[in-house]
Amino acid sequence: MSTTPDDQPDRPGGPVWTSEHLLGLEDLSAEEITVILDQAEEFKRCSQENNTKLDLLRGTVVANLFFEPSTRTRASFSLAAKRLSADTIDFTSSGSSLSKGETFIDTARNIEAMGASLVVMRHKSPGAPHLLARRVGAAVLNAGDGTHEHPTQALLDLFTIREKRGSFENLTVTLVGDILHSRVARSNIWGLKKLGARVIVCGPSTLIPPRIEELGVEVSHRLDDVIGETDCVNLLRIQFERQRGAFFPSIREYTHFYGMNAQRLKAAKDDVMILAPGPINRGVELTAEVADGPHSVILDQVTNGLAVRMACLFLLRERQKSGEGQ
Amino acid sequence: MTTTVIRGGRVIDPVEGRDEIADVWMVDGVFADASSEEVGREVDAEGMIVCPGFIETQATLQESGWEEGETIATATAAAVAGGVTSLACLPETEPVVDNRAAVEFIRRQAERTGLCHVFPLGAVTKNRAGEELAEIGQLVEGGAVALTDGKRPVANAEIMRRGLEYASMFGRRIFDHPQVPELVAGGVMHEGLYSTLLGLRGMPAAAEEIFVARDVALAEMTGGSVHLMTVSTAASVELVRRARQRGVDVTASVTPHHLVLTDAEMQTFDSNCKVDPPLRSREHIEALVEGLVDGTIEVICSDHRAVPIEEKDLELDASPFGIVGLETLLPLCVRALIDSECMGWPQLIGLLTNGPARVLGLDRGSLGVGQVGDVVVIDPDAEWLIDPSTFRSRCANSPFGGWQVRGRVEVVFVAGEQAFRREGAA
Repeated sequence: MSTTPDDQPDRPGGPVWTSEHLLGLEDLSAEEITVILDQAEEFKRCSQENNTKLDLLRGTVVANLFFEPSTRTRASFSLAAKRLSADTIDFTSSGSSLSKGETFIDTARNIEAMGASLVVMRHKSPGAPHLLARRVGAAVLNAGDGTHEHPTQALLDLFTIREKRGSFENLTVTLVGDILHSRVARSNIWGLKKLGARVIVCGPSTLIPPRIEELGVEVSHRLDDVIGETDCVNLLRIQFERQRGAFFPSIREYTHFYGMNAQRLKAAKDDVMILAPGPINRGVELTAEVADGPHSVILDQVTNGLAVRMACLFLLRERQKSGEGQ
Repeated sequence: MTTTVIRGGRVIDPVEGRDEIADVWMVDGVFADASSEEVGREVDAEGMIVCPGFIETQATLQESGWEEGETIATATAAAVAGGVTSLACLPETEPVVDNRAAVEFIRRQAERTGLCHVFPLGAVTKNRAGEELAEIGQLVEGGAVALTDGKRPVANAEIMRRGLEYASMFGRRIFDHPQVPELVAGGVMHEGLYSTLLGLRGMPAAAEEIFVARDVALAEMTGGSVHLMTVSTAASVELVRRARQRGVDVTASVTPHHLVLTDAEMQTFDSNCKVDPPLRSREHIEALVEGLVDGTIEVICSDHRAVPIEEKDLELDASPFGIVGLETLLPLCVRALIDSECMGWPQLIGLLTNGPARVLGLDRGSLGVGQVGDVVVIDPDAEWLIDPSTFRSRCANSPFGGWQVRGRVEVVFVAGEQAFRREGAA
């Protein structure tokens, strides 16, 4: 597994999708990320031009296993599979392996036995999809593993930025908030660095994990210091459910230093983009005015998420079929 | 009268300072001078190392209460296969070894089913709850060689203080697992670059170091004897070094897995690398080796802990801590300390025999005439492949499967009787 953002070898003969699973952006090269984004762009154009289903995954069974509550990611994956004409199985359980009696691997293998060849999984434990990938024949797509990675969320963030800006060169992206507990932040850092952006992480010192600089990012504790040089602000959700103990004194104080409001927007570049992975806490990470204002691309992100997830499902299935043919 | 002679090996005895080619004689279970008696059994040890049997300071035997993981019979079978002839066991059983009857059960069960000597460690506090002292005096009378709450730190400093005072009255040491509980709550691995990358909750080095400093101060104040179980950080080693220079009765151990693996291993999300204390980064390993070389740390122990596959094959944060270590103890030490040219065989053998004997207060760890005939014959140059499926332990939770290693236990005698002979040994 690579630990530096840019040690992937160049692939002669053009970019090819080779990964059996999609577990995280740490494992992908810039070329592979670009393949996904290009594919997603094509899917987005198709659905805008004629709003009908594509036939590409007809006969394929996609299992959505959500061992942690999720509304939008689950809905997005489910719809993405359906737009490609796949059959879907949705399984939701908030219990852990220990409390349920059945391990999540047994659950997944049961569902695989029903014919699923693609398994989308969200789980509260980092590494759970990696464990699953070693134990099932299906392709595993990580829909968020604890505080580790959330590759499709980062891919849709990258897609949205690329769509508006064309490239990542000379682009500064600031990730704001709870970096420590954010899988979105980790996946974004890998993806953005691989594609050449400058990345700043900004949050209270208690929510910045140790040695994060070694991933090639800059660290700031004051949003006001960095807002002026930022092209894209990604406002991470304060994850009340993951906080163990007091990481900051109050919501009020958090909002005072890190909340995105009209005043901070004035200090920003004229064309600053406001992203948020959602669900947003209005009045905490950002005010309603900013969320609904002209700089916000929050709803574009949701639309793009569908295209990105269609691309991931399609590419993994194509890779799988090429393997079966050998 | 049974007479055994091990002929022509390189005899290493750290207590007597021996390192020479010689024969080792045992008569009726104890080491003896060369004898003219008829020889009952003869072992050709040419090219081999002959040394005292290894002494493990903290294995978890799990009988009674957790027999699905290990029993005294399976753990001692694993022990002798790893060259261990005496082992001390943590009181992590159900019921807890916090009373005399429980200590006596372990001793009796070891006599019935064990393949090596077993020395129980009794609990410091009732039910290992950390609230009231256990009946330490009666535990000692029942055979407890030292006191510990196992992997549960004695978190209350007042209890630890009184425990040290009380145990010293019986000449016993308290073994503590140095860790501030609130700093490691929910932790899975070392806090550092890799915990940041993996999004796993970290266990900072300071959690251990604060506790080491506390236990050193309490031992110094009370005049008690404390043993810090499996230290893993650079600052811990330095705290112990300075305390020992001041004359504080503090000892410490390390495990071989903390010497050969780093926290980078967690990138595989392999729960067999989930251990407590956690695997640390390279700079900590260097300090641990330095502490072993200069004598600050006088014990290497396997910290053997069997975990059934059903529990290890789970998400990393749901899986329990622990590695089975008895059967890989020697080759990992060879890799970490001898292949790296940090020390020679006599010093390594001291860390596995004489050091642990001192910490446990046992009259073992020497080949001296009259001593119990616990001896191991090692092929120092044999290269072999670790295969956990062949382990005698009931569990195979080891990250070392597939490792090509050097140094192999060939023949083991416990009290003069052959307890292990590798298949195909000369």
